[in-house]
Order: sequence, then C-alpha cells, then structure tokens
Amino acid sequence: MDVMIEVRHLHRRFGPILAVDDVSFTVARGEVLGFLGPNGAGKSTTMKMITGFLAPTSGTAIVCGSDIVTDPIAAKRRIGYLPEGAPAYFDMTPASFLRFIARIRGFDGAEARRRIELAIERTALHSVLAQPIETLSKGFKRRVGLAQALLHDPDVLILDEPTDGLDPNQKHEVRTLINALAPQKAIIISTHLLEEVDAVCTRAIIIAEGRILADGTPGELESRSRHHNAVRLSLGNDGIDAAGALMRLPGVASVEAVDDAEGRGIVIFPRDGRTIVTEVADLVRTAGWPVTALRLERGRLDEVFRAITTTRAA
Amino acid sequence: MRSTWIIFRRELASYFATPLAYVFIVIFLVLAGTLTFFLGNFFDRGQDDLQPFFSFHPWLYLVLIPALAMRLWAEERKTGTIELFLTLPISIGAAVLGKFLASWVFAGIALVLTFPFWITVNILGSPDNGVILASYIGSFLMAGAYLAVGAALSALTKNQVIAFVLTASLCFLFTVSGSTIVLGFLTGWAPDAVMNAVTSFSFLAHFSAIVRGVIDLRDAVFFVSVIALFLFANAVLVELKKAD
Repeated sequence: MDVMIEVRHLHRRFGPILAVDDVSFTVARGEVLGFLGPNGAGKSTTMKMITGFLAPTSGTAIVCGSDIVTDPIAAKRRIGYLPEGAPAYFDMTPASFLRFIARIRGFDGAEARRRIELAIERTALHSVLAQPIETLSKGFKRRVGLAQALLHDPDVLILDEPTDGLDPNQKHEVRTLINALAPQKAIIISTHLLEEVDAVCTRAIIIAEGRILADGTPGELESRSRHHNAVRLSLGNDGIDAAGALMRLPGVASVEAVDDAEGRGIVIFPRDGRTIVTEVADLVRTAGWPVTALRLERGRLDEVFRAITTTRAA
Repeated sequence: MRSTWIIFRRELASYFATPLAYVFIVIFLVLAGTLTFFLGNFFDRGQDDLQPFFSFHPWLYLVLIPALAMRLWAEERKTGTIELFLTLPISIGAAVLGKFLASWVFAGIALVLTFPFWITVNILGSPDNGVILASYIGSFLMAGAYLAVGAALSALTKNQVIAFVLTASLCFLFTVSGSTIVLGFLTGWAPDAVMNAVTSFSFLAHFSAIVRGVIDLRDAVFFVSVIALFLFANAVLVELKKAD
C-alpha cells in the first residue's frame, strides 16, 4: 500500500482542554477516509494540524514523505484543502481567485490556464466565473473552494465538511466528484452525515472528545450494530402471533414488534451477528404468514455512532 | 520572493476592488489640501516651500493609516480565509511582507497624487526641490511605520474597528512621545534613560528633522527599524492568534 498520510500521535491542547488526544492513523492512495464525530469532537482541529494551519502540541503528520511540522511548505504543496465553510476572498471573482491560487502554487502561463480550466470543468463553475464570489449561492461557493483545492492536482485531499449546507442534488454532485477522484488520491473528509460515509468512504474513523474510538470500513462498523444481520418482516395490517415460533429458531436472540414509518412489522435479532435469513424465510413459507416484505438489515451506522460516542461521555 | 510578489499583487488589487481605495485617496487629498491651505496658511506665509503641507502628515496619517491597515489580518480572520491563506505553500514571512508592501505602496500612491502641491509651489516660486523630495521620502517612511504598527495590531483581533482603535492609539503614543503630553506623565519618577528612550521613539521628532531638510541617516534608519520590528511582531502575532 502506498501510504500518503501518516498521522503520528497528534495532540492539541487549548488551555485546559485537550481537543485532540493521541490521534494516529494512516491513509493510502485510493482510500477515502471519513472522519466522523459529533460537533466539537476534534475533527476540524485534527485536519487543521494535518494541513499545517495549526501547530500540534505534540506529534506530527507526514504528508507524502514531508513532515508538516519541520518541512511545512513541502508538505503543503502536496495537499489540497477545503477548510470548513469553504472560505474564499469574496471580493474576487472565481476566475481571478483561481488565477491567484494557480500563481501562488507556482503555475504560470499556459500551464496555469490549463489547470484552471480543468478545475473549472471538474466543478462546473463556467457560468459564474465573472461574478464576485460574495454574490454566489452556497453551492457555488463550495464549488469554488473545491476548485481551489483541486487546482494543483494534489495527491492528498483534505475536505472539511464538503457537503455541509448543500441541497441533495449538490451533495450528490460533490460525492460523485469525490468518487471520481478517489482512485488516484488519498482523501480525508469530515462529516457528521452517516449517509455520506456509506456514499463515498472506504474507511471511517469515529472520533469523540479528541480520541479515536473506532476505525474500520463502513461495513465493519455496521457489523457492530445490533441490527447487523437482523431480519425485518413487514406484515401489512395483519398482526400475527409469530414471536413464539421465531424465538424457537436456532440463532435467534430476540424478536421485537415494530410499528414505524415502514408500517407494522417484526424485527428478528440474531445471536452474535449470525446469518438467520434463510431460517426465517423458510419458517415464513411453511407457516404461511401474510408477509409483504422480508429484508436483511446491514446494520445501522447511526446506532453504532450513537453507542460509541455516548457511552464514553456518560 | 515570488510568493511575496503574488500576495502583494492580490492585496493591492483588493484595495481597488472595493470603494475603500477611492474613498481613502479622495479623503486624503481633501484633508491634505484643507489643512495646508487653511490651517497651514500656505499662501499668507509667502514662502516657497511645502513645510505647511508636510507638517500635517503625522496627524493625517494618525487618522487615515489605521483605516488602511485594519483590514489586513482582521478581515482574513473574520471571514476564515486565513485558514486558506496560511495552508498555501508560502512562508509566514512572505505572507506578512506581501500584505504590508501592498498597503505601503497604496499609501505611496495616495502620497504621489499630492503632486499638484509640488507643481503649485514651483509655479509660485523656486523652492528647494531636494528638501521636498527628502520630505516626501520621510513622509513615505513614516507612513510605512504607521502601517507596520497597524498590520501587527490587525493580527490581534477579528474586529476591524478594534484594530483601528488600537492602531490609532498606539500610533498616537508614538507620534507624541517626546512631547510634553507623554514626558509630563513620566517626569519626576522615571529615570533619564527611560525619558531619553521614550523621546527617541517620537515619530514627530524624526519626521520634523527630515522635513527641515536635515537628511540624517539616523532618522531614516529609525523608521525602517520600526517597520522591521513591527513586521516581526506581526508574524509572531499571526502565528499566535490565527486559530482563535
């Protein structure tokens, strides 16, 4: 694996508060790492240290072989960074702003024009190039921030809440862009949207109170959920007394009746995450219950997230 | 060097992107003219020099230069662009210098636009143009010193109004140190060395020496040192306060 970002024992103290407490991880090319956590968990602080904005109290990050603490300029050359809220010089137009970024990143003449053109194309900014950034919609402002981060085709992309405040279509566009870029780059995105982790991340780190509490693929995290491999039966409007028979199946831990947005149903939880879907399906067929749908649950990331981030705080 | 130049260009252009530049230049010229002709009795005194014009510069700068400097860092911190700016592959020195030079050149442009005074005095008489040139250089150096103070204090706060007030206050102290306002406060308890040190920090004293036509290298060195000192402080303060 081609490790692009190596975070080593990062700590950051703000007065008496330890905002980031011994955070270590690596990100390889092709990985999209989702940084998950409640507000104030230390996601942004960690990103600010990796990008060299904030000096760590101790520890460091190595970006493409350059140490952000001892050789910040070399490391910053390899990073594309979208800070939280996508700040940009609002009195400039996207065109002049991107020209400034290109120049300061060391591109001139035809090379600069080619890179600006490519960044504009990737973020679909053509229609607003000559308007001052302050007059643009939130979605366009975010795209200007992304264009700026992509301009030098960096190996490492660090995006702090790239879809925050965007409408569903804009979110989809940004996620499509991240997916398209993913194979060639090492990407870290922070988010508090769990659906985003499913949509773009190959790996997720859950962080709360400055500490890493979980690190794994979205699938691995979901498998920690109580709902992992659970089976849901939808029963239309007919209530049936199926609990007794279901409980007798091998591997079933518990059975719960639910009545939620999906309608009336039964959720069957397996013991130790075992696969029980075939047994349940067989029973449904032999018993002849009026089941309208049968679904295997993958596990719920929000449940895992809540379990992990609240048990510690309690 | 290259990044300093690129930052300088962006900053200078940003002055002209808003009405600030034009408002500043117009007010500067109007005030300079008013003070020179009315308070300075430019015509009545019947001398062909620009003494009344230059003698008001410290007071003019005291009001106007903080307005030029207040936005340099406070605005970046307020809008969050500082996070973008300082994660670009540039050194903090280039960032501080580029911003300062842009504001200084802007002040220089305003100063150059006072050339009608120079033409007027040359039509009416035959002034010592060497002294006038020295005075312009002295005025420009003094503007740089005010700006360096303002740039450093602008890094202290997100609020431009606070940056303005802090800068105006500190610049006022620098301007009048050595005058009775400050010395009266110190007399009687402060040792002579302190009195002398405070006196030697007076912008007014160093500037008047230059305007009289006494071109002493020490006066120029004084302003350059103040600029260097406050730019250094600026870099330190930016590092210290950027993430607050």
